[in-house]
Amino acid sequence: MLYREAGQYKTSYQSDQAIFPIRQDRIGLGIILFIAFVVIPVFGNDFLINAVMIPFLIFSLAAIGLNILTGYTGLLSLGTGAFMGVGAYACYKLTTMFPNVNILVWVICSGFFSAAVGVLFGLPSLRIKGFYLAVATLAAQFFLDWCFIRVPWLYNYNSSGAIQVPERRFLDMLISAPNGQPVVRYLIVLSIVVVMTWIASNIIHGRIGRMWMAVRDQDLAAELMGIRLLPTKLSAFAVSSFYCGVSGALLVFFWYGAAESDVFNVNQSFQILFMVIIGGLGSLVGSFFGAALIFILPIVLRYVPSMLGLPIQSATVEHLTFMIIGSMIIFFLIVEPHGLARLWQIAKQKLRVWPFPY
Amino acid sequence: MDILYKIFIDPFMQMGGAPDLLIQVLWEGLVGGVLYALIALGFVLIFKASGVFNFAQGIMVVFAALTLVGLYEKGVPAFLALALTVGVMLLLAYSVERIVLKPLVNQPDIILFMATFGLTYFLIGLGELIFGGSPKQMIASQLYLPKGSIDIPMFGGSVMLQKIDIAAAIIASLMVAGLALFFQYTRIGRALRAVADSHKAALSVGISLEQIWVIVWFAAGIVALATGIMWGARSEVSFALQIIALKALPVLILGGFTSIPGAIVGGLIIGVGEKIGEFYWGPLLGNGIESWLAYMIALAFLLFRPQGLFGEKIIERI
Repeated sequence: MLYREAGQYKTSYQSDQAIFPIRQDRIGLGIILFIAFVVIPVFGNDFLINAVMIPFLIFSLAAIGLNILTGYTGLLSLGTGAFMGVGAYACYKLTTMFPNVNILVWVICSGFFSAAVGVLFGLPSLRIKGFYLAVATLAAQFFLDWCFIRVPWLYNYNSSGAIQVPERRFLDMLISAPNGQPVVRYLIVLSIVVVMTWIASNIIHGRIGRMWMAVRDQDLAAELMGIRLLPTKLSAFAVSSFYCGVSGALLVFFWYGAAESDVFNVNQSFQILFMVIIGGLGSLVGSFFGAALIFILPIVLRYVPSMLGLPIQSATVEHLTFMIIGSMIIFFLIVEPHGLARLWQIAKQKLRVWPFPY
Repeated sequence: MDILYKIFIDPFMQMGGAPDLLIQVLWEGLVGGVLYALIALGFVLIFKASGVFNFAQGIMVVFAALTLVGLYEKGVPAFLALALTVGVMLLLAYSVERIVLKPLVNQPDIILFMATFGLTYFLIGLGELIFGGSPKQMIASQLYLPKGSIDIPMFGGSVMLQKIDIAAAIIASLMVAGLALFFQYTRIGRALRAVADSHKAALSVGISLEQIWVIVWFAAGIVALATGIMWGARSEVSFALQIIALKALPVLILGGFTSIPGAIVGGLIIGVGEKIGEFYWGPLLGNGIESWLAYMIALAFLLFRPQGLFGEKIIERI
């Protein structure tokens, strides 16, 4: 009843083409943004902001990045973790070389480094595709992983081999992890994620996004229609790696505070791939759903049983998480290949016609 | 000039100067290659017969080895444990077919590939839950696998061969020969190849997909068990092995996804190339290049011959 579009007539092409054509959707989005920007910072405690919301947003951004490549362009990538790492290390190098420039500038700039590396490893994509390309991205993963350990220049010849985030300020507030105010860090991460999601949505609904989707659906047909494959695929690699790079920089500078190369290993890549699969291939909102599910599941498993008086050992929690994630991937692929995003869409459709089934 | 000398001349001087060392490195590479080839063989079997790129092959190796050792530790005699593990692999093949593959018949390849990701994670969790995550000793002597090593004097030095490695090579070749014959000359083998070409067409000429898939996953399970035993006997049984399974991917690329000989040759090339590269050129780059050298070899190769050494060329039509 609340969610019904009766009476909302579209009188211009502009309103017909809108991303949120229904008024309730626009209001809903406004409410979500209001909660995210106002309610959570004001009423949320440090645990919610620091341990749940910040990493959730950062992983959502990485999932959007991978979704652009895998969901929209159909190129399977197993190197997401490494591209995140490139962003993080680039940001670290830049901010230690030029300490007076605002850190937020470098966070965005590090995305360009990641994009360049992504394009480099995307070059074989014209010649090879499918599983073969997945192996090429895996090559990127292992090579970059090795660089993060073996090239001491990247971590400024630290004896620990890890990158330590220096203290950085913005408007006179300490914003870098781990000592920055959680609320301030949260707001910065949130703003970056919201803006970048908005940009991604615009790219996807525009000409470039159409080209990506044409390549995904049938690359030969796309080529016959006059879409040049290599620039299209490379642009997908570039944009995707840009998003991954920024999220990697955010991960280290606004959440961990320090990181070793371990953070960006192949398991991280898999983790983000799972977010995309479960959330929904080819859906922006799905990236948020997937990140929420994969990231929050272990937290729930850790705290809920002990609240109910059934303490589970932390090792068992980890094993159970693995098993649940594994079975969930299979379940979703079988039952709903478009993931949680599709379920969300179905729910909205049902609401629209409720209480009558047609 | 100095750097050119270090890259192009010095390593060969070293090789010429100490031929026994070169042969030792070659041998180590060959043995590593045999084990990569075995893992790749499991991939090829499943890919050939079901068109599924089975990412879970690596974890199946770990799972099989863990089950064997775990059962032995629970007090089951070694050979009974072996038989029971074979049973477990059959059960696994059956349940994979029932739960994962059957509902996904005729889906795009990439979906099936991702489903095996799910299977991988499930098996990691299950294995750790049942047997614990700590590394275990493989029961090599209880299975009458040889121990110790032979020294062969050569070029003024000596080359050391581990007996277990020789056994691994022999078992691997027997298994490969058996599988090749099976694929080429039996009815089931032909049916397997038909299924690989197209699920739909195979179903329509009356081939039972269910039966074929159980058979082939079971065969891959047996290969995984053999690999697990051999690899476990060389080092130990732990979940770290699954990273090694990722090494099988460049092997596959080199050999082609559908070719059993390709898996073997690719395995040997990668194994030898990796060891030689690490030993003679590794110090120039700061060691540890083993972790990505195989991928780079495969990637470079892909650009010239995308279908692999023995793979079928895919011709696309509209």
